[in-house]
Amino acid sequence: MIIGVIRFPGSNCDDDAFHAVHRVLGPHGMSGRMIWHKDVDLGNIDALIVPGGFSYGDYLRCGAMAAHSPIMAAVKRFAEAGGPVLGICNGFQILCEAGLLEGALIRNQSLSFICEDVNCVVEGRPTPFTWAIPAGRHIHMSIAHSEGRYVHPDVASLEQRSQVIFRYCSADGEVTDRANPNGSMGNIAGVCNSAGNVVGLMPHPERAVENLLGAGGEDGRTLFESSLAYHRGRPARVGGWQ
Amino acid sequence: MSGQADIEETIMIRNAHGPQVTIEIAEEHGLTKDEYQRLTDRLGRAPTYTELGIVGAMWSEHCSYKSSRVHLRTLPTEGERVIEGPGENAGVVDIGDGQAVVFKMESHNHPSFIEPYQGAATGVGGICRDVFTMGARPIALADCLRFGRPDSDRTRYLLGGVVAGIAGYGNSFGVANVAGDVKFDDSYDGNILVNAFCLGLARTERIFRGTARGEGNPVLYVGAKTGRDGIHGATMASAEFVAAGQDASVQSDADAKRPAVQVGDPFMEKLLLEACLELMESDVLVGIQDMGAAGLTSSAVEMAARAGSGIELELDNVPCREQGMTPYELMLSESQERMLMVVERGREEQAMAVFAKWDLDAAVIGRVTDSGRVVVRASGEVYADLPADLLADGVQYDRPTARPAYLDSVATFAVPERATSGAAVGEHLLALLSEPDIASKAWVYRQYDHNVRHGTVIRPGAADAGVVRIMRPQPQSGASAGEPAAKAIAISAGCQARHVYLAPYEGTRLVVAEAYANLVAVGARPIAVTNCLNFGNPEKPEIMWQLAESIRGLGDACRQLETPVVSGNVSLYNETDGVAIKPTPMVAMVGLLGDARAHTTMGFAGPDHEVAVLGALAGSLAGSEYLACIAGRVAGVPAPLDVAAHRPVFAAALAMIERGFLASAHDVSEGGLAVAIAESAIAGPESVGVEVKLEDALALGPEELLFGEAPARFVISFQSERRDAVMAIAREHGVRCSVVGRTGGKEISFDVGAFNFAIDLARAKTAYQRGFLRVVE
Amino acid sequence: MKARVYVTLKPSVLDPQGRAVQQTLGRLGFDDVADVRVGKYIEMSLAEPSDEPAATGMDRASDAVAERERARTRVIAMCEKLIANPVIEDFRVEIVE
Repeated sequence: MIIGVIRFPGSNCDDDAFHAVHRVLGPHGMSGRMIWHKDVDLGNIDALIVPGGFSYGDYLRCGAMAAHSPIMAAVKRFAEAGGPVLGICNGFQILCEAGLLEGALIRNQSLSFICEDVNCVVEGRPTPFTWAIPAGRHIHMSIAHSEGRYVHPDVASLEQRSQVIFRYCSADGEVTDRANPNGSMGNIAGVCNSAGNVVGLMPHPERAVENLLGAGGEDGRTLFESSLAYHRGRPARVGGWQ
Repeated sequence: MSGQADIEETIMIRNAHGPQVTIEIAEEHGLTKDEYQRLTDRLGRAPTYTELGIVGAMWSEHCSYKSSRVHLRTLPTEGERVIEGPGENAGVVDIGDGQAVVFKMESHNHPSFIEPYQGAATGVGGICRDVFTMGARPIALADCLRFGRPDSDRTRYLLGGVVAGIAGYGNSFGVANVAGDVKFDDSYDGNILVNAFCLGLARTERIFRGTARGEGNPVLYVGAKTGRDGIHGATMASAEFVAAGQDASVQSDADAKRPAVQVGDPFMEKLLLEACLELMESDVLVGIQDMGAAGLTSSAVEMAARAGSGIELELDNVPCREQGMTPYELMLSESQERMLMVVERGREEQAMAVFAKWDLDAAVIGRVTDSGRVVVRASGEVYADLPADLLADGVQYDRPTARPAYLDSVATFAVPERATSGAAVGEHLLALLSEPDIASKAWVYRQYDHNVRHGTVIRPGAADAGVVRIMRPQPQSGASAGEPAAKAIAISAGCQARHVYLAPYEGTRLVVAEAYANLVAVGARPIAVTNCLNFGNPEKPEIMWQLAESIRGLGDACRQLETPVVSGNVSLYNETDGVAIKPTPMVAMVGLLGDARAHTTMGFAGPDHEVAVLGALAGSLAGSEYLACIAGRVAGVPAPLDVAAHRPVFAAALAMIERGFLASAHDVSEGGLAVAIAESAIAGPESVGVEVKLEDALALGPEELLFGEAPARFVISFQSERRDAVMAIAREHGVRCSVVGRTGGKEISFDVGAFNFAIDLARAKTAYQRGFLRVVE
Repeated sequence: MKARVYVTLKPSVLDPQGRAVQQTLGRLGFDDVADVRVGKYIEMSLAEPSDEPAATGMDRASDAVAERERARTRVIAMCEKLIANPVIEDFRVEIVE
């Protein structure tokens, strides 16, 4: 399975994403391919990651200028054709700015950059990146952003459509105000599009794939393993704890 | 026409944009009468205004190290791992497998006091450029910060701005910030310290240097356009702040200096990084240098001087952001994110293609000559024509020194009134845990991205040093199975200025030993040192004595501990109203772990672990945090470093960690044993209580035992079944290892014979976690 | 011709930056501030359209009005496409000489 990783000027988690899929998950049948933002074609890929960073310096608005990069037309075609797309952190912001995901990400309530560990409960419809994660399970990852507060004009309808995929929760899996690091509406950490194939989240699953690193375990692997399971046509795992 | 008239005429033309140079104008540029005389003697004429600007910058303390060079020369700079020592943009140290680490530390004190956000941000930008110009990708940052008294609005403002600036630049540029320290002292009220460290990873066969070789090779300018920002930054960093003594007027003097502050653009620097590293994969590049302090002037001069060549600059080709800039302004601008490069003649197009890919402006602005001179032209006229060697090593002084009188009055102290109950001692421990110098710095490092680029093995706050994984080079054959374990680099950066103030020589040795111990505590073998020496006005013999003694201590300690000094920076004139900061020789030490997995953190891993003290149990209250915090006194001569006695302790700790016997290790430093044990109890993944019994040391006062400070001591913990193995290693090395307690429960309790006390773990944790917040909230 | 663009958060979106400014103003004694909203101000210099014939005499005034309207339309398009995010932001455009 080949996963493309787009590199924008100012991307700085492109190598993190590439490392996760290519080196860490390589032995499981995954490989990564870097894609330059000035390209107009994604090439032959099975899934796409729009990585984190500060594309175009995040000047004007996070993700606003990257959303108009030459490669984005190809990203839209790929997404419309059902291709799995994962936006992480700045990638999530870019996908919102490009209209591929609903809502927007604005300044953290604390007004400062926050780099720390969070827990997220997985819910909503099965997506290519949560395919193998039973709904209701919570996973441990880290965040690193100053504009991660998710806002949406109609959160209730987003919830009704099962498009809320990740919510910040406590270590026990409770969705509480205390567990909300940035003031996101409804503790929302990640969402998907109406078709379910495009997913964006603020936490960094690609930084949580090796126990060696101090970023909090290997829970992030579940997203990439999900995309492998989805790619290989395995049935989705739904429901509570197994 | 006589030759004399001819020269004068040329100089008149060259001086078109500035006043006729006089001794008064030269003094405004920071030159002394003697220095000006020296300049005119060598030139055989008066300098032009542009030339004076160039010389003023190059001969400033900041660029020339004129007061410190004679002492810096005594530092040990060689070792079997050292590839490049001081003198280049950064030091380079071999770490095996064809890989090298490139690192340096630098001050941005004055700019940060004037405009904390931009001052600190551009400090980070500058140190990162120093590292990647050498061919290394930056992989770790560390920052050592010093602020004035913690209870002032000014401190809160400066701290907030500096931390936000470091975060704003480093997070965007994308380098993990993994180490450093933050401390407070009244002596920094009018003169904060912002020292930024960066470490990069390079291949040993692709190290680049700042040299302008090859007559006729083109000189390229790459990056941001030049504006009028930061003109005279180098001379500003070499002058004291003057104020009438009131807080407000310190600010007004700073306000007056505000126009010289530069603004950073981390996005531009990220593009420069990627473009430079891409260009470095080819053989197009001959030399490269960052335009840092004194901008185009220092980069051109240093590149020519290192190669023994010359450079001719054509200023009409410099990309400008503002209109009508004079040659003087163009040469001295400190606009950020600019690089000067020399490329192979005929290969300009190849270089330009890489810059175009990254949307960077680039222009050919000159060429290399063999004249030994730096020549500056604009609009067909020559504005400066100076010998490169005169600029690069023009001046140095062996300034007079005198032992400061204050040393006698602080040499002795009375132990403060001894506690009469265990409960009182417990309250002292809580007070120490909530001291901003000791308390958790989570508020700071939470704002730094400390995980980016999948390398961070130990994060800030989890141990005595930050640890970053180094992937070994991928095998050529593409066989990924059986890859050897990753290595790691450990970084410790800091300084206990109180000790240096009380005893500049011994105190600096202790700073080095502390850095060494911090690396050992995570399981790293120390390999090399960089530093940033922050002192007052060197023209005062007492300050010069502090500096000379401190450098002597740095050299001796580094020699004895076999950690050569591979790069460094000196920041002098850190004074306001004639009052100097406490001497602060910041030391950053780098260590290597052969296997990244064999590391330790400082937190107890869980209940039912044995707790021991490796090294001497006792400490001294001289110069201690206890004395400063509880009695409000900075006095006494700190316990000296005894390298022969301490090395076996370090060796034993490393052996225990490398063989996997320890569950935690923590260097005992500020606050002594009690604080170290409490920190280990708090810092684990789940905080855990601890019960400590120290009755066999009753000969000591409980204060010395609990809060005394001394080098080379560790609080370690291990599972009971490891006890014999741990003790055997201690015996092998002939060092003391005292089992003092066991983890478990919800209290931190001490039994010191005469005294017993227990403090609630949650209460200790709150004190430790909230102590710093009172500075910022 | 110059365009001034004011971008503000929609009234429904919480503005912590504005709230922080208001609180600090209060601490400084300016306690009569009921609400603060922080926005962005963007200034653009617009190049003269080159493909239009120079106006003469009577037409000049009405042409100037028409040109300003064309500029306004263009700047509004810029705002909708890039400068503001309609999910969270409102914008206002001024065209000046």
